[in-house]
Formats: sequence, C-alpha cells, structure tokens
Amino acid sequence: MLKLTLNGQSVSLEADDNMPILYALRDIQQLTGTKYGCGAGQCGACTVHINGEPVRSCLTPLSMAAGKTVTTIEGLAKGEQLHPVQQAWLDNNVPQCGYCQAGQMMSAAALLAKNASPSDDEINSHMQGNICRCGTYPRIKKAIKQAGVMIQEAKKTSALSSQGNNDSREVLS
Amino acid sequence: MIVNVSRRSLLKSVGLQSTGLVLLTPMTPWAQADETPAKDFELGVFVSVDPSGQVTIVNHRAEMGQGIMTSVPQIIADELGASWDRVSVVQAQGDPKYGDQSTGGSASIRHFFPYLRQMGAVARTMLEQTAADIWQVKIDDVKAQDHQVVNLKTKKAIGFGVLAAQAAKMTVPSADSVTLKNNNEFSLIGRDVKLAGQEAILRGEAKYAQDIQLPNMLVASIERPPVVGGRVKSFNADAAKKVKGVIDVIQLKDRPLPVNVKPVSGVAVLATNTWAAQEGRKKLKVEWDTSDKRVAQNAAHDSKAYLKALIKKVNSKGASVRNEGDVYAHDYDPQNTVEATYTLPYHHHMSMETPAATALVEGDSCTVWTGTQTPQWAKNLIAEELALDPSQVTVNMTLMGGAFGRKGKNDFTLEAVELAKATGRPVKVVWTREDDVKHGFYHSISANYCKAEVNDKGSADFWIQRVAYPPIGATFDLAAKRPSDMQLSLGFADVPFALDHLSCETQDVETHVRIGWFRAVANINNAFALGCFVDELAVKANVPTHTMWLNLIGKDRIVNPAKEGFEGWVNYGQKTQAHALDTRRMKAVLSEVVAKSGADKKTKKNEGWGISYAHSFNSYVAAATKVRVDGDKLTVLDMHTAIDCGIAVTPDRVKSQMEGAMIMGLSTALMSEITVKDGAVEQSNFYDYASARINQCPPMSVHIINSQEAPGGVGEPGLPPVLPSIVNAIYHASGQRIRDLPVNKVLTV
Repeated sequence: MLKLTLNGQSVSLEADDNMPILYALRDIQQLTGTKYGCGAGQCGACTVHINGEPVRSCLTPLSMAAGKTVTTIEGLAKGEQLHPVQQAWLDNNVPQCGYCQAGQMMSAAALLAKNASPSDDEINSHMQGNICRCGTYPRIKKAIKQAGVMIQEAKKTSALSSQGNNDSREVLS
Repeated sequence: MIVNVSRRSLLKSVGLQSTGLVLLTPMTPWAQADETPAKDFELGVFVSVDPSGQVTIVNHRAEMGQGIMTSVPQIIADELGASWDRVSVVQAQGDPKYGDQSTGGSASIRHFFPYLRQMGAVARTMLEQTAADIWQVKIDDVKAQDHQVVNLKTKKAIGFGVLAAQAAKMTVPSADSVTLKNNNEFSLIGRDVKLAGQEAILRGEAKYAQDIQLPNMLVASIERPPVVGGRVKSFNADAAKKVKGVIDVIQLKDRPLPVNVKPVSGVAVLATNTWAAQEGRKKLKVEWDTSDKRVAQNAAHDSKAYLKALIKKVNSKGASVRNEGDVYAHDYDPQNTVEATYTLPYHHHMSMETPAATALVEGDSCTVWTGTQTPQWAKNLIAEELALDPSQVTVNMTLMGGAFGRKGKNDFTLEAVELAKATGRPVKVVWTREDDVKHGFYHSISANYCKAEVNDKGSADFWIQRVAYPPIGATFDLAAKRPSDMQLSLGFADVPFALDHLSCETQDVETHVRIGWFRAVANINNAFALGCFVDELAVKANVPTHTMWLNLIGKDRIVNPAKEGFEGWVNYGQKTQAHALDTRRMKAVLSEVVAKSGADKKTKKNEGWGISYAHSFNSYVAAATKVRVDGDKLTVLDMHTAIDCGIAVTPDRVKSQMEGAMIMGLSTALMSEITVKDGAVEQSNFYDYASARINQCPPMSVHIINSQEAPGGVGEPGLPPVLPSIVNAIYHASGQRIRDLPVNKVLTV
C-alpha cells in the first residue's frame, strides 16, 4: 500500500512500486488526462508535477511519489476556475488534436511557477522536451507569455488587496 | 429524402432527448456517388431544436485535430440562423446513414459544403414557415436570425424553441427546394467561433481512444512480426504469464499477403493493466517464419539499396502517363538544361496518440470504441471478421490524438475485436510507440527526376519528369506496381505549366512494406521535386524564382490536364467548374507570399529565402522560408504560408493547419527518416524518428486569401510547398543544393 496526495486528495494505491506513475494514474485511478506518448521520456505527453516539479510519469516509478504531492491536468484548475495556463491556452485556441496538451500545460505551469516572465529562450529551453506533432508551438509560446502576465497581475492584485487589509487593520487598531 | 423523425431510438443513439424539431437529411456521399447506396442509407447529419431553444448538431466526420467538430456544425448553424452559443455538438457513430464519413483527402468541407448548408436551410425553412403561419404572413416576410424568427414588417420575433414543437409537425421540404443564403449574409461561416471541445481537452476530460475504460476490461500489448507477412513459428509465454497482472497470452491468427488494412498476426499479452501487459510482453519469446517466397522478398528489403534502384529507374525512360509535343525529338542545349533527381525516404505519421481501440463482443453483436478516420470501413471489416451483419456492429468514434492518415487503416481495431472475441471480455489494444513506428503504413520512399531547358524569356520547356515509388495500391493488391491515376494526379501529371513539350512518366516497382496515405500523400515528393526544380531553373535562367513560377504558369486560364494529355486526371474527385484549376489563383498566392514575407528582398550574408508553391486538394498554397547557414549549421529564421482555400469556413483552424503544416514540413524536410534493413524498420521512437521541437520553430505567419470561391481542402495542402521552400532557402543562403532528404544528412539542424 502506497500513500500519496493526488490532486489535493490523500490516496492509497494497491500497486507494484515499480509501476510507472502514468499507468497507476490512468489504469488504477482512472485519471486519463495524463497521456502516453513514447514511454521513453522523449515527448513529455505524460508530464505531471511531483511536489511542484515537472516529471515524466511514463518513466517515474510509483515509489518516487510515495508520501509526495502529485498534481495532474485534472488538478490544475481550481474547480470551475481554470489555471491561467489553461485560460491562456483557451484564449489562443492552442490545441489541435489536444493529445499532448496536458503535458504541455503541466510543463508550462511548472515554468511559470518559478518565472512568470520567461524570455523566448527560456520558453524554448524549458518546453523542448514536449513534442506536439500537430504543430501548436507558435501558439504555445504566445499562451505561455499571456499566462505569465495573468499570473503577475493576479499576484499584484492579491498583494494590493492584502496590503489593503493591513491598512484597514491599522486604522481599526 | 429528408425525414422528420421522432423515433426515440434514433435520438438515443447519439445521446439526444428531444421533443422538438429533429431533422434527418441524407447526404449525397461523394465516395459512393457511383455506387449503389447501402440499404440502410436513409438518414444523414441532423439538426435538432428542443423546446428550450437549444440546438444540437451532429458532427458525422472524424476529429483528429483539424477542427471539423466545429466547422461542420458551424456551416449548418449558419444556414439555420442559430446563435453559436446555443448550439451543442454531438459526435456521430460510424453509420452509413450519415453518408460518407471517411475523413481523409481534406474532404469534409470541400465535398460537403453545399449539402451541409442545405441541411441547415431545411431546418431554417421549417422554422420560418411555422412562424409565418402563426403570423398569417408569407414566408418571405419573415427571417430566421440570431436564434429566432423575425417578422420583417412588425419586427416581432419568436424564438426557435417556441417554434420547434410545431415545426416538427410539418412536412419536410426537399433539400433542393430550399433557398441558401447569399454569401454576404453568412453569420458564422468565415468567422472565428468558439471551438467545440477545447475546454474538455484543457481540463484533461476529453476522451481519446486510449482513454476508454470498461468494467472487466483487459489491456493487450502485441508482439508483431518485424517483416510484413511474417508468421509466428513458435512462442514461449511461460515467463510472460508469471508477470503479476497478466491474464492470458494469445496468438493472433495468421493473415495472408496482401495484408490489406488487416492485422499482421502476432502474439498478444493480455493483462489487467497496461504496464503489466507491456512487462509481460518483454518476457515473451517469439520466433518468426518468413519462408514464404513473397515474404522472403520482404525480408530481404533494404531501403538504401531500394532507393538507389529507384534513382536508376527514374534516370531512364519510363511508361508515359502524359505527353505533349515531343521532348525526345529535341536536341537539348547543355548550357541551358537542368537535370536533377530528388529523393525522399519513407515517412511515418507519428501521431502523438499511438493506435488504440477497445472492443466488446457479446453474442451477435460487437461494440468498438476506436480512434478511426474511417468508421464505416471499420464497421464492415468487423462484420466480415465476425460473420455478422454490419448493423450488429457499433462503432463509437473517439477523439484521435493526431492521425495524419495512419488511422484510416483499422488494423488495430480488428486486433481488439479478435482478442475480445477470443477472451469474451472487453479488450483494449494499446500500441507502444515502438509498435507504432515499426508497424506503420508508411509514406512511400520515392525518386523524382526532372529535366528541362530554360529560354531567354525567363521560362522553360522540353520538360521531362519521372517518378517511381511503391504505390499505395500494393497494400491491397500485390500486382500493383505503379501509381494509380489518382496518385498521379497528386502534383505530378497535373503539372499546370504552359509547356509545348512535356513528358510525364512512371516506372514499375515492387513493394515490401505497408504503404499508406500520409498527409498530402504523393504531393509531398512531387511538390518537393517540382518546387526545387523550378528554383534550379530560375537560377539557370538568372531570374527570381517567383518570376520563373509566374512564367511557367503562364497566362490567365483554366488548366484542364485531362484535355492536355493526361486523360486519367482526377482533380481530387471534384468535377465541378467551381474547383477548376485556375492559373490566376496560383499566381496570386505566390505573389501574396512574396509580398507578405519580403522573400524578394536582399538578405544578410549566409541568409536566404526560398519559396515554393503547390496546388492540392483543391486549394492553392505558397510557402516562403528564410534560413541562415553558418558552416554546417542550419537555422530556420522565418516561415510564411499563403493559402487560397476559397471560403475559409473557420479561419482560425485554417491558420492552425497551416502552422502545423509548416512544422511538419520542418520535421519532414530536416530530420525524420524511416529506413528498412532485412525487411524490418530500423527506427523505434522519437529519438531516432525525430519531430521538430519548440526550439527549432521560427516565427510563423499565415496569409489567408480573402475568397468567395468554393471551399478547398485545408488539412493537407499546407504541407507540400513547405519542404522545397526550406531546401531552396538553404541554396540561396549557402549555394548548397540539397536534393535528397532529410537535410540533416549534410547539415546540423
């Protein structure tokens, strides 16, 4: 029995420790948003986050996730509220067939969590492990930049509002 | 015949529950136009309007990333006068009642645009007539728009939902009797609407073939013969069966050559989960038998030697497929003559989702969930396999994670059916990436030869072109040795130049792997050869490449290759004047791409532009690429595509297809190649069949010609001109003329 936090929920998995996370997610947890593309860490379609870091779930054994926090594409949005990356993907009509996009978005979200205004080179460097055979790269680049702006604006707004709260507390005290 | 239907079973079959207006309209199927319609061919795409006003439109074509789930309903909704935000889209099953569903040949819109519009117009007419009856006015005095019918005199309006139940009681007008909108009245066609299904994709909720999960389901991983036609001689499954989760190991039945689109036999490991199936398979020991005479020939296939043989063939006179004047009576001036041979390796589709299908066989029925471009073909093959009537077979069409032609073949679907039958349980067959790469239906390896003499008018004549490649026909018929007229019509014998002397020839070859349709098919090698050759002629004549193209295309006219020596010309199945080959449109896209890209401007040292053009699937496309070559290092700097596809129904999806085609062009021209040794494919995965990555993609621009012509294809036409544009750019940047792809044999990409 292996325990981990999956998309915010504690789960116990009855599976071989060596089973790659990808298959545990898809076949056992029925979370099929994470995709198989190559089984060799070559294409990035299976990207998920472990403790916020992007990993290729097709090669990462389940044992590596024990006691950790795993986030998949199904856990990226907060309920109805899309993650800025998903919103930017939607605004730019990024997907064609859509199959690789869960991996693309998980990689992009991990990048933007550390660097909300990546340069073209930084985007290229971070995203080159994710293949899209339909050819959505120009839109992925645009969407990452847009999502970065959204994330920065959200930070500003929350900073302002928390500052506002502090101000009001000061007045009250 | 259009039927007004309220039969619940029909509604249920596509998930509709309506008490309002439901229309079923027969589509004239293009592929079946000359054949007897199937017995149950009675219905077609349908529109329903429920009493709340919600409009549901069925998409009957297969979605693989081209956006047809949006474009088909968008066309119908426009004629209906519906508001797009009140339209939901339902995916059809595979069923002849929808007419042709084979989603290939970039055909969904170019073949069915008028019929789709009729379907919307029939429903609109019924709603309008109902409102006119209520108001006691003539139908001309009312108009459907914005999801309601408006009385043009009083300006009163009644919503579609309110009219639906009464409209449903009307006799349905015939499709030919209804009036279509004028193009200037389009409310949705030509506009970017919210795309169907995108949010489900972004949330990870969209269902692809690999995502099907059924109770009690087994997952199968199959070891297949490395050589086409190989059979299982013996196998040992002892170790495989010891893997936890493995339930059974089953030998698939032997299949004779030609393999057609059926499975290639093998040994399947079935397990309770995908990983166990794959782990079990690694422990399987299989010996193959390739002793059959024809199979032994396949086992001796070596693509390197084969390509040399193709080159030799096209460098000698072949069988004539089109002739004008007499090139062979001409005494070529060596100073002004260009002669060149261009080659492409085998290519593989490499869709991101590997083939997958799930089947359930129960008594006299079979249900499959499959990512197929050809659901009715699947239905018929399954029926044949199980000795059932096609009506006993249900084909559910899932989304496809890319297809590019590969999933027009239903071998993987039949594998699932065979194993479901054998086990009595639902079985999902999932191909590994290695399976996908090694057991594809490949784009033909090819050699194209061109020879012509330039003149002092900046043009050329005395044109010889020859082509040799294993034909798709050989997948179905071992006796097929040369391209069909259909294949020869893909940018080869339909060359649109104003030449007095032209000879188009082909050569016979044997085929040793499975050959299939790959996005744009033979247009890829033909446009590559033609596009590079025109550039070489331009250099020889010392004129800009753009000028050479315009001069070769010649004066404004309609080109009819069938009347110019190529009787077998097919024109992508379009006989209508609306899809005639128009030289004005050819010249306009070429000029557009040059004007918008600046490809005629001077570049920095070591930089250069290349351009090219190709007509395919009734659309006209020109591409321009700018590169930099430093020593042996190639950098692609900028790419442009101009397309005239007639009316662009969903402009954003036209743009996305052109972007995708430019990127696939980069992959195909620069870095990918399938090779075969001892009859087996040598590549395995993305590390040895490379696909362009984000850091290899330059800025890209798409220029859509504003046109009111009949719609042409979009999914495929973007690709062919991209490859020569890249290679021509390399020449203009470096003086290096590359005629054999991929480019990474000589340059670092």
